[in-house]
Amino acid sequence: MNRVPTEDQQLCTFFVAGRTFGAEVSAMREVLTAQPLTRVPLAPQQVRGLINLRGQIVTAIDLRERLGFPPCDGQKAMNVIVEGDDGLVSLLVDEIGDVVEVSADDVEPPPDTMGERARDLIRCVYKLEDKLLLLLDIEKTIAEVE
Amino acid sequence: MSDQSEMDEVIAEFLVESKEGLDRVDDDLLTLEKDPANRQPLASIFRAVHTIKGTAGFLAYERLQSVAHAGESLLSLLRDGERAFDPEVATALFATVDALREMLAQIENTRTDGSKDYSGLIGELERLLKTSAEPAADSVAAAPLSGPPPGPPPGAAPPRVTASAPPAPPAPSARAAEPAAAPPRAAPATPVAARSAPPPAPEAASDDGGERGHDGGAGRPPGQAAAATGAGGAPAGETSVRVDVALLDKLMNLVGELVLGRNQILQFAGLREDPAFQTTSQRLNLITSELQENVMKTRMQPIGNALHKFPRLVRDLALICKKQVRVEIEGENTELDRTLLDAIRDPLTHAVRNSVDHGIEMPDVRISRGKSPEGLLLIRALHQGGQVTIEIIDDGGGINAERVRDKAIARGLITPDQAERMDESDLVNLIFLPGFSTAEQVSNISGRGVGMDVVRTNVERVGGTVDVTSRAGQGATVRIRLPLTLAIIPALLVGQGQENYAIPQLNLVELVRLEGDLARRGIERVQDAAVYRLRGNLLPLVFLDQLLSGNGSRPAEIVDREVVNIVVLTAEERQFGLVVDRVADTAEIVVKPLGKLLKNTAVFAGATIMGDGSVALILDTAGVASCASLTSKTAKRLLQLNGQAGADARKDATVSLLLCDLAPSRTVAIPLQTVVRLEEVPRTALERLGDSTVMQYRGDILHVLDLGGLLLEAPTSDELPFRLVACRTPGGRQFGVLVAEIRDVVNRPSIAPLAVPRPGLLGSVVVENRLVEVMDVARIASETIAFAGDTEVAA
Repeated sequence: MNRVPTEDQQLCTFFVAGRTFGAEVSAMREVLTAQPLTRVPLAPQQVRGLINLRGQIVTAIDLRERLGFPPCDGQKAMNVIVEGDDGLVSLLVDEIGDVVEVSADDVEPPPDTMGERARDLIRCVYKLEDKLLLLLDIEKTIAEVE
Repeated sequence: MSDQSEMDEVIAEFLVESKEGLDRVDDDLLTLEKDPANRQPLASIFRAVHTIKGTAGFLAYERLQSVAHAGESLLSLLRDGERAFDPEVATALFATVDALREMLAQIENTRTDGSKDYSGLIGELERLLKTSAEPAADSVAAAPLSGPPPGPPPGAAPPRVTASAPPAPPAPSARAAEPAAAPPRAAPATPVAARSAPPPAPEAASDDGGERGHDGGAGRPPGQAAAATGAGGAPAGETSVRVDVALLDKLMNLVGELVLGRNQILQFAGLREDPAFQTTSQRLNLITSELQENVMKTRMQPIGNALHKFPRLVRDLALICKKQVRVEIEGENTELDRTLLDAIRDPLTHAVRNSVDHGIEMPDVRISRGKSPEGLLLIRALHQGGQVTIEIIDDGGGINAERVRDKAIARGLITPDQAERMDESDLVNLIFLPGFSTAEQVSNISGRGVGMDVVRTNVERVGGTVDVTSRAGQGATVRIRLPLTLAIIPALLVGQGQENYAIPQLNLVELVRLEGDLARRGIERVQDAAVYRLRGNLLPLVFLDQLLSGNGSRPAEIVDREVVNIVVLTAEERQFGLVVDRVADTAEIVVKPLGKLLKNTAVFAGATIMGDGSVALILDTAGVASCASLTSKTAKRLLQLNGQAGADARKDATVSLLLCDLAPSRTVAIPLQTVVRLEEVPRTALERLGDSTVMQYRGDILHVLDLGGLLLEAPTSDELPFRLVACRTPGGRQFGVLVAEIRDVVNRPSIAPLAVPRPGLLGSVVVENRLVEVMDVARIASETIAFAGDTEVAA
């Protein structure tokens, strides 16, 4: 399976636990400020709750939990709305970054030393000038965890 | 690429139209069977089959075309009166319709009309064509008429359009293409051109609205022509448009969003003192509501769409069973959400099939029972209290409750002991139990039972209920009740901790609130399970907070509480109580599905958006029951006991009575059926009007009966509120009864009459070893209030 992009593309960036993540602009629907969350008891751990997106009920996934980072220190999370195969899903992130242009020349596979949980969800790493950008595999991120 | 998709679109349209056409053909054939002299259905059948044939030719579906063609040939003969409509013809035409349907289905799936060989059917149709002239008693016509149809065997060139358009002189109105296409068959037809000339015109008649002015040769044609013209000239359905359901769903969602937007704007409008803005937002409000209502309506379809296939189905079944069955359909315009319509098609078919197969008796049996040999199957749909009720009523033998009982016992579904406690209606409804019906039973049981559990499962899946009633020797009624729409359901809102949850009212039995002492002592234990004694029966309890914290399966801790709210629910025929923090309100909620990440969370059936925009989860009653391991052994046993007790209670209880104290230590009972609601009213709310006590109640003046003389006895300084029982007389008049305390509701088999009748008393019942009088409050009220009412009217 070829998970590493071979073409230049635009990525939307966001920050989780101090790292920079990116996702294809085409996969994103919109970005929202913190929304009232309805907790779902007995739900899988990564599900933080439900939000009301203009009449649609959207499951919010805690990216910190999903990627194996410690929980957020009270700061309100931003919603990155992405389209899953059965409706919209919100990814809760710490902060939203810019849209950046990345070149296929700067790409590398995720290092083997990364935490296993996170590595599974990272398609590749872009070496930007000042930092590393981790390209998130949206499909896997919002998939069920066995 | 785009050509391909265009073609797909054409084919899809063809399929939809053809199916609709065939559905109508079924109906028309049935009409014709009853009334062979009626020409109108014939014309309509002909048109439908002809259209299919034409389009099939255009799309190069040769098999389809050849079958349609053979059918059409026979039809044209029928229409021209050359052939009488008899059962043989009917069967062949029904078979043709089935074959066409089969091929359409094939086309839908594979885009080809398949490889099935229909030459048998075509042969049969042609044979009927050949024999056709005999009933016409015209020996000259026989040969020529049978000539053309056999000529074109299946698989001939597509452009050939009709069998019955020989190039005879009097057919100038036939389409120009026909003569050119027809030559192969022209030869056999020519010898008798003089006689066969009139029939060829049907083509023209059906296509062009019947501008045929040249039929005069054959015996009956004039009247026929008129009928054909009349039918052909009536364009139906021009005011409707075909719309994709997905588009309607999208519209529905958008309107939902619009409503939320509207709500916010209204909030802003309330905050600002700008009259122009307020007027505008009010208009927006009205328009949005109306829009929402109308968009909802677009999803509604008349139930007739699901029912129209039954006359045909029953006809076929009756033929197979050698029974005579007449089908009547009532209320086919009753509207239902289309998703529901789809969901009930199968269960309905099942139920109808059962009625014909097992319900209605053989003609000789019916005669021996003094009934008409023809059985009646009535399918009735109606709106009833926010629900749609569909009844399948037959006048057959009914269901033999004893046999059902024996079978259920033999299959281990119930114990003989349980059976002993069940009354006939309980027994009859055992046919819905899974495992009751197997193929083996069909022959063993004279009643119903083939896959009725499937019927129930399917109906319950869409939030409906089904039951059956039977009248021995007179028939049975299967009653299916459905919500109007899947999208919006009435729900009870309960609060637990910070959150609100919705519980579908379908599963709600009653609400019990325990206060003070009762709250502390009311909850007891049976081994691990917490229970509450509800009118003498043990009700297993589930604590919502523990359930949601993931401790649902652990023994419930009984915490001291000031107030305990128990929501009594049913799941799979069993009752249990759900203990919640708060009972908030009832609301109509829009059910939204949960994402796939939450699909495995069995406790929730979905989510909904509340008026304030927040999201609330919908509790799934069955899921709650299983999560709380109500299926564990102890609980199961308990539930079983309760189930029996419940059945007992139902069996015994014919009168429900409200127990209340008229004065301290004077308890009376009021028949529950007269009670509308219970209220608590402050003393200040009561006013005097002439001689009577009244209060303002929900915008009306409510007369209040003070049977216990509470107003006189109570100290005047007492600010304690009264309990008020709002009742209704049989005439529909409301009145109130002042009582000191409301005790309980009890069920009693009957009310013992008084030895010496006294006005205002119905009799007495025994409650906790004491005799309690049952007040005829309605009578008392109508006597006293009628008097007061006159003066009131005068005032």
